[in-house]
Amino acid sequence: MPAPTIEVRIPTILRPYTNNEKVVSAEATNLSELITALDKNFVGLGDRLLENGELRRFINIYINDEDVRFMGSLDATLKAGDSVTILPAVAGGC
Amino acid sequence: MTLKILAEHVDAIYQQSIAEYPDECCGVIIGPEGSNSAEILKPMVNSAHSPTFYEFDSKDLLSLYRDLDDNSQELIVVYHSHTETEAYPSRTDIAYASEPNAHYVLVSTRKEIAPEREFRSYRIIDGIVTEEAVEIIAAIGE
Repeated sequence: MPAPTIEVRIPTILRPYTNNEKVVSAEATNLSELITALDKNFVGLGDRLLENGELRRFINIYINDEDVRFMGSLDATLKAGDSVTILPAVAGGC
Repeated sequence: MTLKILAEHVDAIYQQSIAEYPDECCGVIIGPEGSNSAEILKPMVNSAHSPTFYEFDSKDLLSLYRDLDDNSQELIVVYHSHTETEAYPSRTDIAYASEPNAHYVLVSTRKEIAPEREFRSYRIIDGIVTEEAVEIIAAIGE
């Protein structure tokens, strides 16, 4: 069965990697595969999402309404019709 | 470059920073896409509940961006307080500044300047901090 096509919403700060596209798509059955597929089409994007093979702490990724941290992170499964949203954390400190 | 901000928003942000002391407070002011007009104040929960760090809760963040999208709005101001230090972006603030179009507002409630308060605004783009003037207005459109 071919991997489902997943819609991915890209935040402003990462749009330089996606030719300024706000919404892109890629085929994947889980988040890890999705990031690999995205990085293939939009070189360098993977590095903004992953550090040492793990999801970066201050990047939030959601599958539909759920934060992927509660769905197995990189192992979170994807199915047809799922929408993934990437949002950098709004954070800081003194 | 200048941030135009309503007097009532400046007051509300100060009050929030005092109410949430000793933790850092945080929030946003939103406005119509492309307008650079800071219209609606939305205080946010600091999910870190810390005197030295702030972070929007991830669910709140998604909800905020969904609303912005639905209403063709964008973040105009992202604000937070420094409880004991100067109202200047820290290395952490700079590292995590991910809204290139936003005005980053900092307030400081540190004791050594009391009863004075510090309210300053900056652009943070590609790791470079540029302070800007703050113009306090009585009504939108001034």
